[in-house]
Amino acid sequence: MTARLAGRLVLLAAGVAGVGALLVVGFGALPSFGDVQHGYGVRAVAASLAHRAANTVGSVTFDQRAFDTMGEELIMFAAATSAVMLLRRMRDEEEQQARHDYGGEDVFGALRLTGAAFLPITLLVGCYVIAHGHLSPGGGFQGGVVLATGMHLAYLAGDYRVLERLRPSSLLDIAESGAVAGFLAVGLIGMGLTGSFLDNWVPLGTFGDLLSAGTVPILNGLVGIEVGAALVLLVARFLDQALLIRQEGEDA
Amino acid sequence: MLDAVLAWLPYAVAGWVLLVGCVGIVVSNNYVHAVVCLAVVQSATYLLLLAIGWEPHATAPVFGDISTKARVVDPVVQAMTLTDVVVGATVTALLLALTVQLAKRHGTLDPDEVRSLESDQDDHG
Repeated sequence: MTARLAGRLVLLAAGVAGVGALLVVGFGALPSFGDVQHGYGVRAVAASLAHRAANTVGSVTFDQRAFDTMGEELIMFAAATSAVMLLRRMRDEEEQQARHDYGGEDVFGALRLTGAAFLPITLLVGCYVIAHGHLSPGGGFQGGVVLATGMHLAYLAGDYRVLERLRPSSLLDIAESGAVAGFLAVGLIGMGLTGSFLDNWVPLGTFGDLLSAGTVPILNGLVGIEVGAALVLLVARFLDQALLIRQEGEDA
Repeated sequence: MLDAVLAWLPYAVAGWVLLVGCVGIVVSNNYVHAVVCLAVVQSATYLLLLAIGWEPHATAPVFGDISTKARVVDPVVQAMTLTDVVVGATVTALLLALTVQLAKRHGTLDPDEVRSLESDQDDHG
C-alpha cells in the first residue's frame, strides 16, 4: 500500500464515520419500516383516482409532479446531447468502413432467426407499455427503454450494417428534440386554458379506458419517444467508438 | 428484539450500500470501476425510497384490476425512484462518454495517472 493510498483511507475513514453517524441519527427519526402512515401516499392515490388514472405512479409522475418530470426530461436531454457530442468523431480520427463487417456471418442461423422474429414483437411491446402507462405498470420511460433495446436486436442478431439501415438517425434526432418541445407545449397549452403550467387540460375520459387520465397518456407518449430516441442515438455513438472510430493511421 | 431489528434493517442496508459505494470510489484505480461505484451509491437511494413507502399487506399502487379501496404502498416514493433511475442512467452514460475520451487522450483509466484535464499529447491540445 502506497503512502498516498494510506492517507486517502484515513481521510475516507473519517468521512465514512461522520456520514455513518449522521445516517444513524437521520434514520432513527424516520417512521419504522412498514409503518402504515403515508400522508402523501393517501393523498396522491385520491388525486390520481380523481383524475381517472388507474396507475397511481404514472399519475404522480405525469400529472401531480409533471413539472418535476419536465426537469428530469431536460436533464436527460442535456446529458444525452452532451454524451453524443463527447463521442463524436474528432479531427484527428477517421471512420474505418471495413469495421462495419464486425459481427455479420459469425452469428448462428438460429440466433439470427430469433432476433428477426423478436425485433418487431419487442417494438410492439414497447409501444404497448408506453400506451398503457396510465393503466398498468409501465409508461414512457420504461417503454422507451424497451423500444431502444428492441432496435438493438438488429445488431445482436444481425450486424452493424443492418442496425445502421434500420436506425433512422436523422429522424430520431428530430423526434428526440420534438418530444421535449411537445412536453413543453402540452404544459403551455394547459397554462393558456386553465392558468397553471402543465395542468391536466385534456378531457379525463372513463376510468380504466385507454383514453383516460387526460394529459397523462400524451406525456407518456412524448417521454417514450424521447427516451427511445435518446437511447438509440447514445448507444449508436458508443458503438461507433467501439467499432469504427480510430486515430488516423492506427490499424483496426 | 427481531421486530426492532427488522424495523430499521432496510434503512441500515441502504446506508451500508451508500457507504460501501463511496469506499469503492475512493480506492478505485479505474474510472469505469469508479462510475459503477457511483451507480452503487445511487442505488442506495432506490432502496431507501422504496423502504419508506412499503407497508405490510399492501399491493402495488395500480388500480387496473383491483378495487380502488384496496390498500396500496406509497406511490409518491415509487415515482421518485423512477426519476432517480432515469437520472442515474443518463449520468452514468455521460460519465462513461467522458471516460472513453479520457482513455483516448491519456491512454490510461487510472485516476492517479491523470495529472491534468489537458491532453498529454501536444498535437491534440
